Amino acid sequence: MKSLAELKAIRDRAQAEINMRKENPNAARVLVGMATCGIAAGARPVLNAFVEEIAKRGLKDVTVTQTGCIGICQYEPVVEIEIPGEDKVTYVKMTPEKAVKVVNDHLVNHNVVSEYTIGTATR
Amino acid sequence: MYRSNVLVCGGTGCTSSNSLKIAEKLKEELALKGLDKEVNVITTGCFGLCALGPIMVVYPEGSFYSMVKIEDVPEIVEEHLNKGRIVTRLLYQETVQDDTIKSLNKTAFYEKQKRVALRNCGVIDPEKIDDYIAQDGYAALGKALTEMTPDEVIQTMLDSGLRGRGGAGFPTGLKWKFARGNDADQKYVCCNADEGDPGAFMDRSVLEGDPHVVLEAMAIAGYAIGASQGYIYVRAEYPIAVKRLQIAIDQAHEYGLLGKDIFGTGFDFDIKIRLGAGAFVCGEETALMTSIEGKRGEPRPRPPFPAVKGLYRKPTTLNNVETYANIPQIILKGADWFASMGTEKSKGTKVFALGGKINHTGLVEVPMGTTLRTIIEEIGGGIPGGKKFKAAQTGGPSGGCIPAEHLDIEIDYDNLLAIGSMMGSGGLIVMDETDCMVDIAKFFLEFTVDESCGKCTPCRIGTKRLLEMLEKITKGQGTPELLDEMESLCHYIKNNSLCGLGQTAPNPVLSTLHFFRDEYMAHVIDKKCPAGVCKDLLEYKIVKDSCMGCSLCSRKCPVGAISVTDYIPEGKKRPAFKIDSSKCIKCGACMDSCKFKAIIKE
Repeated sequence: MKSLAELKAIRDRAQAEINMRKENPNAARVLVGMATCGIAAGARPVLNAFVEEIAKRGLKDVTVTQTGCIGICQYEPVVEIEIPGEDKVTYVKMTPEKAVKVVNDHLVNHNVVSEYTIGTATR
Repeated sequence: MYRSNVLVCGGTGCTSSNSLKIAEKLKEELALKGLDKEVNVITTGCFGLCALGPIMVVYPEGSFYSMVKIEDVPEIVEEHLNKGRIVTRLLYQETVQDDTIKSLNKTAFYEKQKRVALRNCGVIDPEKIDDYIAQDGYAALGKALTEMTPDEVIQTMLDSGLRGRGGAGFPTGLKWKFARGNDADQKYVCCNADEGDPGAFMDRSVLEGDPHVVLEAMAIAGYAIGASQGYIYVRAEYPIAVKRLQIAIDQAHEYGLLGKDIFGTGFDFDIKIRLGAGAFVCGEETALMTSIEGKRGEPRPRPPFPAVKGLYRKPTTLNNVETYANIPQIILKGADWFASMGTEKSKGTKVFALGGKINHTGLVEVPMGTTLRTIIEEIGGGIPGGKKFKAAQTGGPSGGCIPAEHLDIEIDYDNLLAIGSMMGSGGLIVMDETDCMVDIAKFFLEFTVDESCGKCTPCRIGTKRLLEMLEKITKGQGTPELLDEMESLCHYIKNNSLCGLGQTAPNPVLSTLHFFRDEYMAHVIDKKCPAGVCKDLLEYKIVKDSCMGCSLCSRKCPVGAISVTDYIPEGKKRPAFKIDSSKCIKCGACMDSCKFKAIIKE
């Protein structure tokens, strides 16, 4: 190690992973429905797309968690996003491509992607 | 990138209850389900709640699974990691409240703790240097080398008020200042990891859970005093600690955080491991250095102190593992941050190893000045079986017993010394009403008699004679005069021994004599052991009117001391039994077997 900059580079790289091991009450939560219905409808690639996109953008205060069935199996894969201080948003019929857009628009810029939400889909 | 992290405790406690096999099984099950790219399994250091091991924590949910069995692993993988349904049945029950799950940090055991020395234990993978660096590891060394002069480092240590965590509580900054002030062609930095007190295991947990913190702090010490070589003296009985230390040293070398020209500042520092063979006396600083030199581990008279002539007769500074674990954070966060915790003369936090008659056996770290009552009743969860607290033993064989009347004492170095105990390394053994204080004193004396190196007479012969006196008392051959004789022998040993071992060995006797004299008097005058521990003072008896004559006890008795009488209690059908006390070996088998509670000991 010849400089502090080198140390900092390693630290920044390793920190994202460590942050996942701490409880963070201020974190935004991405809840992916992973009951049998969700998994059958393709929730796993959606979950992975969220994890990868969040890592790629280096978002620190976001956790991705699976959750069970919320009872709207025909709309799976269902993803709920809770940002502290904002309304909970439920996205339905998600795909990995949609997931990328939700991360960019909703988690980063706080603009709800209304065309994917349950309100739009059931109208 | 993983979406989920499963932390499995790999400390010695959980390892001995098979946590490593659980981690293996987890990886196997995850691979089977195709989740191994999404879920990361990490073996960490000790979480501290050893009584509940094997421990597993799943993030980001923070679910705390306790006493996990290998058979539970498939369920956790399928339900929790695959489907996101937390297996409530396997959670630590204190975290489950009605329908919600409490954060681990809000449980009684963790809420009152403040983790400084143990901050990375149970968080990072101790075998990965990147994990340590992610937690600002080696940043303190970088700061010291590039922004501070050695004198500034020492001044920071002095200002922080950090005192040695090995037991004696000598100010660390002062130790470094003395070593810096002595010019020599070579100086050394040593780390005392020869944790020998029965019941203390915080140093082991730091080495197993966060080995890099010790390396970093030793390098900082090396820079401060002008040393280029460090030695870690660790006992061979800590195989996991030794292994992880070696991995850490190799990784630090690879990154150039040890070796030549660290951070391009021209500072060289290297560390070697030396294994101790398990002699208690080698935890004493001069004996430790003698042992590193390859000689028989015996203490030598001081002065000269190690700061003048230590290892290989060169100026040396020696600190304990837990002391080192505090240092990088003091450098990074400043002396004021550290000094803001604790009491006036004892700053920071202290790790205690809770053991004995306590519900939450394990490691706790609390700010100095926390009361004994908080540690035992709140964090430790009280005494099992609703029994009454009798005493707490601090400082291991060098410390003393603290009775219930001092439960509200604020623990720091000086308060403990004032009541005849000492901080020691932080072992805290809780005793309840079924413990005999004379027997406890005898237990610790047996330990010191075994471990006395024999170099000086007061310790070698004095402790032996003291033990013989205690044995007399527990056998019912004591007299009140013997107690006075014992007391004066204690003071003689304390005043005349060469090293800390002998100087503190009589403490358990002195403090029990002081606080529990009535118990000693019961032994020497009434020839009774009130706690019912000393076998020679006990007699097992059958209460003849309660005896149902079932003969179970007579069949359990290994020496045939129980026989039938011709007395038939009123209202009973069969004759009662009796115990022949001349044959009885007081094993208690009869009492355990009696279903009618007709056998008593007194």
